[in-house]
Amino acid sequence: MTADAPVVRAVNLVKIYQTGGLPVPAVRGVDLTVEAGEFVAVMGPSGSGKSTLVHMLGGLDTRTSGEIWLDGRRADTLSESGWAVLRREKIGFVFQFFNLVANMTVADNVELPALLGGVSPRQARERREYLLGELGLADRAEASPAQLSGGEQQRVALARALANQPRLLLADEPTGNLDSRNTRDVLRLLGKVHGQGQTIVLVTHDARVASMADRVVSLLDGQIVDDGAIPKSRRRPLGAAGDVVELRS
Amino acid sequence: MRQSLLALLAKEPAHGYELKQALETIFGDAYPSPNIGQIYVTLGRLEKDGYVRSVDVEQANRPNKKVYYITATGREALETWVEEPTEGPRVRDEFFMKLVLAPMTGLSDRMALVNRQRRHYLALMRDLRELAERTDPANRVALLLIEGAMLHLQADLDWLERCQEDLP
Ligand SMILES: Nc1ncnc2c1ncn2[C@@H]1O[C@H](COP(=O)(O)OP(=O)(O)OP(=O)(O)O)[C@@H](O)[C@H]1O
Ligand SMILES: [Mg+2]
Repeated sequence: MTADAPVVRAVNLVKIYQTGGLPVPAVRGVDLTVEAGEFVAVMGPSGSGKSTLVHMLGGLDTRTSGEIWLDGRRADTLSESGWAVLRREKIGFVFQFFNLVANMTVADNVELPALLGGVSPRQARERREYLLGELGLADRAEASPAQLSGGEQQRVALARALANQPRLLLADEPTGNLDSRNTRDVLRLLGKVHGQGQTIVLVTHDARVASMADRVVSLLDGQIVDDGAIPKSRRRPLGAAGDVVELRS
Repeated sequence: MRQSLLALLAKEPAHGYELKQALETIFGDAYPSPNIGQIYVTLGRLEKDGYVRSVDVEQANRPNKKVYYITATGREALETWVEEPTEGPRVRDEFFMKLVLAPMTGLSDRMALVNRQRRHYLALMRDLRELAERTDPANRVALLLIEGAMLHLQADLDWLERCQEDLP
């Protein structure tokens, strides 16, 4: 690890899927740098390449060309097992269609990455209890994933991704299946871990989630069309935000 | 504000300051806190239209205060207002005008306009989120208003994305 290297650096990243017939360019020359502690929201229409991009950043999909650097180390040239080690040590991943281990309890699903990461069973349990508690799932710890609703599974997947306090959290639509109360729990937890310095790259359509980020990256047809900070709004400061909701006079 | 004052007066007669306080209690931070001047101006108009009347009530050691009450005409107007369907939300027509017209003038391209607007909406969303966090969880009315504003904003953002996809 280099002390002040960005957590993520992608250079001219390209992904072309070739399944049988025509090649499908999903990501077309993306440059992206994410500094330590930054929270970046990735937005864009369906099919614009958001999932493909974060999958490549997590080594779950191979790049067609371009470079990926994680924490100052070249990663795109790693073998599959090299990626597996890197992920275990540095990356928490929340999939768009969460994949939990079916024959393990919720508690074991969440503790596993921490245990693999080498923390003591007690620490793993404490971290798990904290995360499930924050996400309103404390009483589901002994359930198996199949006994959970989609929204519950999604929150477990987030807890699992954060179990290891990873250098980088990659999350693909982590609130896609949640109602507004559960979304609020997830937002609160994301806000907390971000406040503690967690680096986050998160794909979302949900503006509430995106508005937590420092920066928004917009994809269109596999390219970045906008990348910049979410500004301070020009409205009057807190406490006088009353006119946000306009009632007719 | 006319209708909200009428509605409050339909419940019981009140003076201007009491109406201001009642609005603040009901809507909390989510309502543009009405200033007392606006309230008196509106009450004056309602009185002129025959919807409310006022009586002077004497107070010991203090100037008289005006207490307002609703008239039969006022009640009818209120009923009509409650019963008629409410207009749907307007689209962001001003932004859409810019989006359609600006490229023709060579002033700005659509991509830049949409991108700037998206960041602005996200900044507004952040304000709404923070407002919701500050609002007393027991104030269901205020929280629902904020949630409504958030849902509208989400729709505006989705529509922005459609504009970006479909307008060259
Ligand atoms: N395994 C695959 N094989 C072939 N094409 C694929 C594959 N995965 C994705 N694609 C294509 O790549 C493009 C980008 O897909 P991707 O899943 O990255 O989009 P997305 O932005 O995540 O969309 P959504 O918002 O719907 O999740 C799409 O055209 C998609 O059809
Ligand atoms: Mg996707």
